[in-house]
Amino acid sequence: MRHGKYPLIITFLVPPLLLYGIFVLSPYLQAFQISTTNWLGYSAHADSVGMANFRTLLHDGQVWNAIKNNAIMLAVVPVLTIVLGLFFATMLNMGGRKGRAGVTGVRGTSVYRMVYFFPQVLSVVIIALLWKEVYHPNNGLLNGALRALGLPAPTWLGDPRTAFWAVLAVMVWSNVGFYVVLFGAAMSAVPRDIYEAVMLDGASRWTTLRRITVPLLWDTVQVAWIYLAIAALDGFILVQQMTNGGPNFSSDVIGLRMYETAFGSESKFGYASAIGVVMLFLTLSVAVLALRTARRDRIEYS
Amino acid sequence: MTTLNRPATTEAEKPVAARGADRRLRRDLGVANLFSHGFLLLWAALTALPLLWMFVSSFKSDGEILSDPWGLPGALRLENWSRAWTEAHIGRYFLNSGIVVAGSLTLTMLLGATAAYVFARYEFRGRQAVYYLFVGGMMFPVFLALVPLFFVVRNAGLFGTWTGLILVYAAYSLPFTVFFLTAFFRTLPTSIAEAALIDGCGHFGLFFRVMLPMARPGLISVAIFNFLSHWNQFILPQVLMQGDDSKWVLAQGLTALAVSQGYQGDFSGLFAGLTIATLPVLAVYVAFQRQIQTGLTAGQLK
Repeated sequence: MRHGKYPLIITFLVPPLLLYGIFVLSPYLQAFQISTTNWLGYSAHADSVGMANFRTLLHDGQVWNAIKNNAIMLAVVPVLTIVLGLFFATMLNMGGRKGRAGVTGVRGTSVYRMVYFFPQVLSVVIIALLWKEVYHPNNGLLNGALRALGLPAPTWLGDPRTAFWAVLAVMVWSNVGFYVVLFGAAMSAVPRDIYEAVMLDGASRWTTLRRITVPLLWDTVQVAWIYLAIAALDGFILVQQMTNGGPNFSSDVIGLRMYETAFGSESKFGYASAIGVVMLFLTLSVAVLALRTARRDRIEYS
Repeated sequence: MTTLNRPATTEAEKPVAARGADRRLRRDLGVANLFSHGFLLLWAALTALPLLWMFVSSFKSDGEILSDPWGLPGALRLENWSRAWTEAHIGRYFLNSGIVVAGSLTLTMLLGATAAYVFARYEFRGRQAVYYLFVGGMMFPVFLALVPLFFVVRNAGLFGTWTGLILVYAAYSLPFTVFFLTAFFRTLPTSIAEAALIDGCGHFGLFFRVMLPMARPGLISVAIFNFLSHWNQFILPQVLMQGDDSKWVLAQGLTALAVSQGYQGDFSGLFAGLTIATLPVLAVYVAFQRQIQTGLTAGQLK
C-alpha cells in the first residue's frame, strides 16, 4: 500500500480538516481569548482585561446559583436514571419465569423496550413543550389527574419550590429508556449459565443483581455515568423552554446563564465566554472524576 | 484482572438440594413477576401517556382542553391540524429541517468516512496528532464555541442560511463520526484490501468499491445517530438562524408556535403542531426500532 497513497490522503483529509478547523477549532480557540476581554456584543472594540471576568464570576451570585442547580442535577439525575435503567433492564431481560432458572425476559419485553425508548427519538424541544403542558396548572394532564383524585393541584412550573424538580423529573424521564436498552444489550452479552449457576445455588434476585449483574456490567454503567453527568451539566433546552430559569431563578442552569449573557438583552460576549470556559472546566473535571471513581478491575468471561 | 469461570453443571450432576431450591425459586418468581410487571406497566404508562394525551388533545377544542384534560374529544377536529400546518407553518419548517438534515448528514458521512478511513488505514507523519486534534472536539461543550461561532459564520456570509447550518452541523458531528468510524475501519480485514490492490485496484477504487461497502453496518449506526442529533438540533439554529422565519427549522418553528399559541390560548393548535412534528419520527422509529436501538447504543458506546 505505498504507491500513490498521498493523493488519497490529501483529498480525503483536507476537506474535513478545513471544515473542522474553521467551524470547531477556531471558535474554541477564540473563545479563550474573548473570555479575557470586556467585549460588549457588536461594538467594534474590546479591551483585554486579563482575568477580570473570572474574578467577577467568583462573586456572581446568579452564576453560583446556576452552578448549584447543575450540581444538584449532577448528583440526582445520573443516580436515578442508572438505578431505574438497571432495574427495568433486569426485569426485561431476566424477570420472566419461563425456563428452569428464570433467566429469560418477561412477556412483552420487546414492546416495553420499544415504548421506553420513545423519548430518545423525540426532539428535546418537543419533550419540553409537551411537558410544559402536562404540568399546566389548569388544563394539564397531571393536575387533571390530581383533581380527579381530590388532591391539591400545584402550579408546578410557577412555584419556586417545585419548578426545578419538575424539570429534573423530565430529564430523568427522557433518559431512562435509552439506558434500559443500553444495559439490556450489555446483559444479553453475559453468558446465561452464570445466572443459572447462581440461581441454582439459591441466590436471591437482589443478590444476583448486586453481586453478578452490576459487576459484569460495570464498563457500561461507567459509560452511562459519564454521558449522564455531561447531560446533567447542560439541561439548557429543557430549562429554557419550560421555565426560562424561573421563577425567580429557581431552575436556572449554567448553560442558560451563558446563553442569556451572550444573546440576551445585553450582549456581554467577553463575560459569556468566561462562563463558557468555566463550563468547559466543569465538564472536563466531571468526566475525569467519573472515569477515576468508576475505574475498577475489568471482569472477563473466560 | 478477575476471571469468572463458567460453571459446568449438567442435569445428572445436579445435587438433590438444588431441586428444593428450584421450587422455592419458582414461588419467588411468581411474586416477583407480579411486582415487576406492575413497575414495568407503570413506567410504560408514564412514557406513553403524555404522548397519547398530546395526540388526543390535538383533536379537541380549546374548551374541551381547558375543562376536561383527561376527556376524549367530542369530534375529530382536523381543522386544528390544518391550522398548525398552514398558519403556524409547521409544514414549511418540517421541509426546511428535512433539507438541512439531508445536506448535513450527507456531508458528515462523506467527510467522516473519508477522514476515518485515512486515520485507520494509512501511515503518515503526524497521524496520531491530527487524529487526537479531531477527536478532542468531542470533549468540549458547544456553549463555549457559541459566541465566536456566531461571528465566524457571519463573516463567512453564511449567517441565516441553510448552507451555514449544514456546514456547522457537519463540522460538530465530525469528531464523533471520525472516532467511531476509525475504530470500525480498523476492524475490517486487511487481506481483502491487499488482494484488491494486487489485482490492480487503485487507492480510490479500493475505498469506494471495497471498503465502503464492507463498512456498511458501522456507517448505518453512525448515520442514525447523526440523523437524530441533527434533526433535534436546537441551540445551533437558535444562534445561527435568527431573523427570516421562512428559513427556520422545526425546533424554532415549534418554539415560536408555543409562544404565540400560549398568548392566543390556542392550545389545540399547539398540540396539533407538536403531534405533526412527532408522528413521522415516531412512525419511522416503530418501523425500524431494532436497527435504531442497536445503532444508537453502539454509536454511544464505542
